[in-house]
This record gives sequence, structure tokens and C-alpha cells, in this order.
Amino acid sequence: MTERVPILRIGEVLVVSIQFDLEDQTVLRLQEDLAEQIVRRAARGVIIDITALEIVDSFVGRMLATIAEISRMLDAETVVVGMRPAVAITLVELGLSLGGVSTALDLEKGLARLRRSTISDEA
Amino acid sequence: MTDVGGSHVAEQGTAVELVGLLSVEGRDVAGEWVKQVAGTLKGRVSVAELSRELGELHEALVQALGQGAADVHDEQMSEVRALLTELSRNRARQGFSPTETAVGVFALKQVLEPVLQDGTSEEIRAFGRLSRVLDGLGLFTIETYTQTREELISAQAEQLMELSTPVVRLWDGVIAVPLVGTLDSARTQVVMEKLLQALVETGSEQAIIDITGVPAVDTQVAQHLLKTIVAARLMGAECTVSGIRPQIAQTIVALGIEFDGIVTKASLADALKLALRKSGVEMVARKAGQL
Repeated sequence: MTERVPILRIGEVLVVSIQFDLEDQTVLRLQEDLAEQIVRRAARGVIIDITALEIVDSFVGRMLATIAEISRMLDAETVVVGMRPAVAITLVELGLSLGGVSTALDLEKGLARLRRSTISDEA
Repeated sequence: MTDVGGSHVAEQGTAVELVGLLSVEGRDVAGEWVKQVAGTLKGRVSVAELSRELGELHEALVQALGQGAADVHDEQMSEVRALLTELSRNRARQGFSPTETAVGVFALKQVLEPVLQDGTSEEIRAFGRLSRVLDGLGLFTIETYTQTREELISAQAEQLMELSTPVVRLWDGVIAVPLVGTLDSARTQVVMEKLLQALVETGSEQAIIDITGVPAVDTQVAQHLLKTIVAARLMGAECTVSGIRPQIAQTIVALGIEFDGIVTKASLADALKLALRKSGVEMVARKAGQL
């Protein structure tokens, strides 16, 4: 039995808060759950909060990119928020610049960013 | 002592001879030593202090040799080592050269040299042994001197590193790092960490790296700057580089470093203007008479 990452909903936005170091199995499960939830709840945005994450490896880095890719295909924008400096440095050293992923400093700024981009979409 | 083997007796004999060399009756060896050393230091250390230092050293040396010490690293020499360490540390801090420091020990040989001419053959042999001990002590002095110097240098480098990388807040949500002086990898690394940390602490979405005061950039430093900018982007902040000098721009292009996707501005003012616009601040100049 692997742990499950909870997916919360705020309006049209799904919030995934990662609170513990992820195992590969948990990551795969999260991807599945998230894809399903985006479709079911017609979400327009996904926020992945990694404030609590202190260590990343290339697998987690790729996970972020993959989730962003999946969400984009389902017409939802992904914002990664709360990345710590050490994590950012590690990802850069690993050569993962997360090209297609938007980022924000914290949850609040992430929500504001999604709101801005959905408004400009509708306009 | 139960061990009265042949070697032990010989050692005892040697010790007595060595001590005899250093404390000749009717001759102030320590005083002559001080005079000899004072000549080389040209009055930069007062004679009183010198005679205190060397007097203690002489006493400790006589005692150590009396206890049968034959090498700097012997247990009996610990007092001598401590004194020498203090002496060479002081010399290193006061800015004396290694030669001036080591001469403090080697001068003792010169003082004792007359033995070679009018001493007995035992005394000459003892001088040979003593001179080996003194050589060891001299080397020990230089080693301590170098070590102290290195400690000084690394402490200074650390201070410089701390001093030279301030992160300043220019506006709500805009921070800047004005870099001054030559950048090396270690410093750029510190800048990178400080900048990213400051982004989190101040919740800033705009960062400006101003390199007006940087005279030269090499591939590694450019690489580090690039990494910093990508890392800041990963955290959700945007970085602008300002104040690139003409020569640096030429170097960067000549080295073939890709600065793609990085916003660069000529001056800090332009970068600040851009950062303010991006964070939604409108700047309007008042018309004359509106004050």
C-alpha cells in the first residue's frame, strides 16, 4: 500500500501539496489521479506546492515536467510553487530547467498567476 | 631508574654535553643570542621583548635537552614547541618574513660557532648534534609561520566573501545584487545562494544582478550566472542582468556562451524600470507646476 498525495480543489484550480519525500510508485499514482481529476472537475489550472520538499532527484524533476505536459494536454496550466533554493540549485545542476512549467514563489502568487492567465484566455 | 643499558648511558652523556654547550659558565648564551637576533630584526621588536622570548626559549631548550630530547617532535620538547609556535605566530601576524622568523632559531648556531675552533672534539660532536636539533626547530618555526599565514589568508578570504555580496531591496518585490570586483566560482556560488535565499525571504518576484563593477568574466562564471538565473526562474522569480561592460559582452560572445532567454539591460536604472513595470508599478513623471 503506497501513500497517496491528496488533491484539493479551489474553484477551477486543483492544488497538490507534496508533504513528504516521494517514492516512485507514489509519483506514478499521483500522475494518474491528477489526470483523472482534471477531466472530472474540468479544472483549468494545477498548482503543485513543493514547499515541504527538501530533496529532489531527477525522477521528481521529470515528474514535474510530465505532470505539466499531461495537464497542458487536458487544457489546464500547471504552476509549481514554493521551490526552495537548494532544490532549485539541485535541479539546475541536474540540467533540468523545467522548460514548459510555470513557477511562482508561493501558493498565493501561484493562484494570482493562474487567475491572470485564465482571464487573458477568456478575453 | 632500573634501565641502565649502554645506550641509556650514552644518551645521558649526550644530554649533558648538549646542555653544557648551551649554558657555558661565565658566558651569557641567551644574551648573545638576543643580540644576534636583534641585529637582523632592525629594531622592529623591542630588545626587552626579544630577550623575554628567547630567554624563555633558551631555558625550555636547556631543560628539554637535559631530559634527553633529541628531536623537535620528542615529548620533552613540548614546552619548546609551544614557545616556538607562539613566537612564529606573533611574527607572522606582525608581518615579518619567513627568513626573519627562522633566523630567531638559527642565530643560536652562530652564537655557539666559536666552539668549532677552540672546543674539544666532544664539544664539536655535541655541536653537530645540537645543530641538527636546531635545524629541526627552525623548520618547525617556518611550518608554523606558514600555517598562521594560511589561516590569516583564508579568514580574510571568508570576510571578503561576506562583505562583497550584499543583497539589497530596491522596491517591494524587487531585489538587486550589485557585484563589485573579480568574480570566481566560489564567490558566484555564494551570490547564487544568497540571492535565492533572499527571494524566498522577501517574497520578491524580480531580481536584478548588476555586474557594473565586474572587470572580467570567464566561462565558468558566466555558467554560474546562467545557473542562478535558471534557478531563480524555477523558484518563480525573474532575473535581469544589468551593467554588462562592452569588453564583457565581447568576451561572452567570443566564448560562445548562450545568454538566450535572459533579459539584459545596459544600466541598473533600466533594469529597475523593467522590473517595476513587470511587477505592475506605474511610474509617472509630474509635469512642471504640478508639485
